[in-house]
Amino acid sequence: MSQQTNGINIGAAIKDTIVAGLLALIVFGPVVGVLLDGYEFSTRSGDVAAIVAVVMAGRFVLSVFTQTDFGKAFLYRQSTKDDGVVVTSPDYKSKMTYILPIVIVIGLIAPFIASKYVLTIVILGLIYVLLGLGLNIVVGLAGLLDLGFVGFYAIGAYGLALGYENLGLGFWSMLPLAAIMAAIAGAILGFPVLRMHGDYLAIVTLGFGEIIRLVLTNWTEFTHGPNGVSAPLPTLFGLEFKRRSSDGTPFHEFFGLPYDSAYKYIFIYIVLFLVVLAVLYVKHRLTRMPIGRAWEALREDEIACRSLGLNHVLVKLSAFMLGASTGGLAGVFFATYQGFVNPSSFTFFESALILAIVVLGGMGSTVGVVIAAFVLTVMPEMLREFADYRVLMFGVLMVVMMIWKPRGLVRVTRTGFATRKGTVK
Amino acid sequence: MDIVLQQLVNGLTLGSVYGLIAIGYTMVYGIIGMINFAHGDVYMVSSYLTAIAIALLTFFGMESFPIIIFGTLIFTIVVTGAYGWVIERVAYRPLRNSSRLSVLISAIGMSLILQNYVQISQGARQQGVPTLLTGAIRFDVGDGFVQITYMKLFILFAAFLGMGVLTYVIQKTKLGRMCRATQQDRKMASILGINTDRIISSVFVIGAAMAALAGVLITLDYGAFDFYVGFIIGIKAFTAAVLGGIGSLPGAMLGGVILGLSEALFAGLISSDYKDVFSFSLLVIILIFRPSGLLGKPEVEKV
Repeated sequence: MSQQTNGINIGAAIKDTIVAGLLALIVFGPVVGVLLDGYEFSTRSGDVAAIVAVVMAGRFVLSVFTQTDFGKAFLYRQSTKDDGVVVTSPDYKSKMTYILPIVIVIGLIAPFIASKYVLTIVILGLIYVLLGLGLNIVVGLAGLLDLGFVGFYAIGAYGLALGYENLGLGFWSMLPLAAIMAAIAGAILGFPVLRMHGDYLAIVTLGFGEIIRLVLTNWTEFTHGPNGVSAPLPTLFGLEFKRRSSDGTPFHEFFGLPYDSAYKYIFIYIVLFLVVLAVLYVKHRLTRMPIGRAWEALREDEIACRSLGLNHVLVKLSAFMLGASTGGLAGVFFATYQGFVNPSSFTFFESALILAIVVLGGMGSTVGVVIAAFVLTVMPEMLREFADYRVLMFGVLMVVMMIWKPRGLVRVTRTGFATRKGTVK
Repeated sequence: MDIVLQQLVNGLTLGSVYGLIAIGYTMVYGIIGMINFAHGDVYMVSSYLTAIAIALLTFFGMESFPIIIFGTLIFTIVVTGAYGWVIERVAYRPLRNSSRLSVLISAIGMSLILQNYVQISQGARQQGVPTLLTGAIRFDVGDGFVQITYMKLFILFAAFLGMGVLTYVIQKTKLGRMCRATQQDRKMASILGINTDRIISSVFVIGAAMAALAGVLITLDYGAFDFYVGFIIGIKAFTAAVLGGIGSLPGAMLGGVILGLSEALFAGLISSDYKDVFSFSLLVIILIFRPSGLLGKPEVEKV
């Protein structure tokens, strides 16, 4: 009895450990231990023993840790944590006003210094920043779980490729058109669906993303199926970034430069960087406007908002369409960057990756999403030897983040308000 | 005519299996109001366990069909049930009082973990099981014929037996009564001395066991599977659960059969390339026009 009041109950910890070990043996034993090979199999008892040992050790440490004073305090903090936003004092000056100009200047100089390889990775990172920002409006701000976000991304990418092939539309005309197309698709999908319960929305959007992918795969006469379609490169006032232009002079001849394939990446990078900045600015302003406030209020308490006269369908629809159009923009950049699109780029895994970006970065936090997008897209490029474990890591990340910090690593801050001096009290 | 009849037979077997998986969705939704996104992947794990059990049993020299099928079923159901328990304990129980969005994201994470874990440990290539039961009954219909394989008959028999046992457990046993009480009012049930955490765990185990039964049956019939099979069949089973009315057990079975039949008819008569598109569109249409499903009660918002 004295063990329970103070000190560590080693007996209970050992019991937990044995139970965990047995469960690990049942769960991991067959799947890890027996490697199927046709109708034959080979055994790997060493791996199973290692996994079971790790699980038992982990469980023992956890069991002992939660019994120490520090562990108890930790558990208490976890159960009573405050998930709200941080409200800064009204006269608080954000450090962003100094950091942002520096980031912009570095961002604009960087492509001329960086190697082509680094540039391509950074472009990919920026595309995911765009996707993350789009999904962050839908999931983070409006609280609508959209699992088919990749569908809008596909609409943008295929919009550019097929628009060029069938209608001769180039990058610049498709950029706004793709955003509009994706927004319309978002409205058509969202209008009937947004009235219903949040969980259903997740499944319906998941179904929508899969429908888009299956149609792209099976409608071979129009989309060329799994073979894909080639997408055009952007042009600078009609100057093409090719070695030889079919019509008119290419970019490098016009300026009398030697041909370099990096030019097109530099150009895509700069356009993309400016678009990301524009989206960031729009989002920053929107969250301070009534519509942005309405998104967050609706996320927190739908019934209260509807009682106060907010049209919940229109408010959600605006978030959904705005997120979708950002996804469409990202799709155009992806298509022109790859020069080629096919349905395998738009699987559910992409949606999950974008969701992981939003979850890691912090729901509703812009800075967090930008950082998370770079971390999750650039890191796999650096750690090629762990490529097999990438999806596993994303999965673990989602579960752990939801248990440990459901609002993401970067907390959302909001400027406080105070009555101005001299106003009537 | 013979195509329609043949597709009806195929659809009925497929649908009864969808119904088995849909039970897992519908029970979990009924008791804690969450969509267990990882359920399709639990089914996928059970496909692998089926192949492993068959390989082990043949290795130890057991060749007769009843022994293999019985051993495989017990092994797969026990291990998959353990998966259900562990998943609930690790990924869902710590989030019991969090927002629904958090639990759903955690479930998606769990689904990714299961897929990638199986892919890493068993490889990405397709796996298979040997055909255990051959032979078929043939009926002549007009110019053609309708063929019912013994395997399909066995699937129908096993699926309906499984559903019967489950209905008995839920309706007649003490565990079933506690499950229903927890579903109706979790707080009240715990005040009356029901360990609701344990009941929720056992619901996950029951759901996983039903998915395991479905996994054994489908794997024996189709013979081939990979680590990605859980995704599509998971969405379809969810469609079945929603069609029948999520939270309702007879609804899940009915929804499964209706979905299986309509999908098989669509594939046979219109286009088999678009049969998945058909199922997903059906899901969207049901959710828009009748979100409470055929047998479900409409959801009332409480303040």
